[in-house]
Amino acid sequence: MEKHLGNEPILTIENLKKSFGELEVIKDVSLAIEPKEVVVIIGPSGTGKSTMLQCVNLLTKPTAGKIYLENQEITAPSINADKVRQRIGMVFQEFNLFNHLTAIENVTIGMTKVLGMKNTEARNKGMYELERVGLAEQATKYPSQLSGGQKQRVGIARALGMDPHIMLFDEPTSALDPELTGEVLNVMRKLALEGMTMMVVSHEMSFAREVADRIIFMDEGYIVEQGSPHKLFNNPKSERTRRFLSMIGSINREK
Amino acid sequence: MNESLLFMQRIIPELLQGTKVTIQLTFGSLFLGFAIGLLAALIRVYGNRWLQRVVIGYVNIVRGTPLMVQLFVVYYGLPDVGLTLSRMTAAYITLGLNSSAYQAEYFRGAIQAVAHGQMLAARAIGMSRLKAIRFIILPQALRLALPVWSNEMIAMVKYTAVVFLIAVPDLMGKAKIISSRYFDPIATYIAVAIIYLVLVAIATLILRMINKKLNIPEGALDGVRR
Repeated sequence: MEKHLGNEPILTIENLKKSFGELEVIKDVSLAIEPKEVVVIIGPSGTGKSTMLQCVNLLTKPTAGKIYLENQEITAPSINADKVRQRIGMVFQEFNLFNHLTAIENVTIGMTKVLGMKNTEARNKGMYELERVGLAEQATKYPSQLSGGQKQRVGIARALGMDPHIMLFDEPTSALDPELTGEVLNVMRKLALEGMTMMVVSHEMSFAREVADRIIFMDEGYIVEQGSPHKLFNNPKSERTRRFLSMIGSINREK
Repeated sequence: MNESLLFMQRIIPELLQGTKVTIQLTFGSLFLGFAIGLLAALIRVYGNRWLQRVVIGYVNIVRGTPLMVQLFVVYYGLPDVGLTLSRMTAAYITLGLNSSAYQAEYFRGAIQAVAHGQMLAARAIGMSRLKAIRFIILPQALRLALPVWSNEMIAMVKYTAVVFLIAVPDLMGKAKIISSRYFDPIATYIAVAIIYLVLVAIATLILRMINKKLNIPEGALDGVRR
């Protein structure tokens, strides 16, 4: 899949470190993501993949290092974190839909309360976003009335409603039954084709192989290896990458 | 028996005057208790450590002392420090503050029952903490709190009776006056009991209406309990 990537990175991470008390989760990570690039981050659990996404979205404060979004340092003390988060879409493993709101209200509440959009305008845009994820018919349902896959698609629509410049996916299919992951991955595939910049933490290897422009393998708080899916899956350089891939491969075969 | 009914009929108008005061006290105190209780609960969950301690102290003192003692302190005690309140004001303040401590605990529990992920997701779409609390956390927390809050409302109808001790002319106060005027306490207090029953029934109906209005599909918020 050839894609024309811009030259200026949309997101740059420089020497990111994050500790929780004594525990060093991210030891030293530097990384640049170009516009329209789809980066899939893989690695054993507890190696700081999700923490890195939370740092990028300023939901967690880095211990050290700098993060730039479109040439603006978002880790600077003077930055308005709420404004930064409006430009970054986040999709959670546990969906985190607002339980007291219908699907459409989940999508529009950010538009009306954060962006100050008018109700009718927000409603139109909200319906458009729900259509994008194939859930226009479920607009008036509450999260408790939706399946896991549908919930996650609403979660994606909610993030898209804010017109993010980059989307972060934190294991978006890990909480789903296997038969429901497909519908979520299809939506993500479509987004990638539309040119959305995406940073995805996931163990869906076939998705990564097919959609990712670049795979990053993280282990013990470092980036161990990165490259195109073809290079990383077929010809991993590091022994640790090889071991992880064969482990994941055997799990995937068992499914 | 017939005599008793006639007697009740005669005292009803005066009892209804008292009932009006009881209703005012119930709603006034619930409202005051709601405002202070909600604020206290928010401080307890989101406030800084010192404010939290102040709230914990306040809640423990109010919940740990009898309502009657609180009423006497406010009405008879405060004049000693130069603050003299009218009977009605003392009644509102005592009942309102008393209720606020209980409501604070109900609301705190409900706020904490809303999953952490709700706040994360709200912040992730760019909401400030204040907006997230207002539009995402509180609407869920208040719904979760409604069942226990219902008890508070029904209890409050009856708690107000304590104010007859400082001669507030509420339902109970009127009953005391009437029973000593006509020397027929049994018939008087039976009439009073019936009026309280009716008030509680009305309160239950109001709560049922609120519950219906706020209703979102059954179990919709259960998933948020952790």
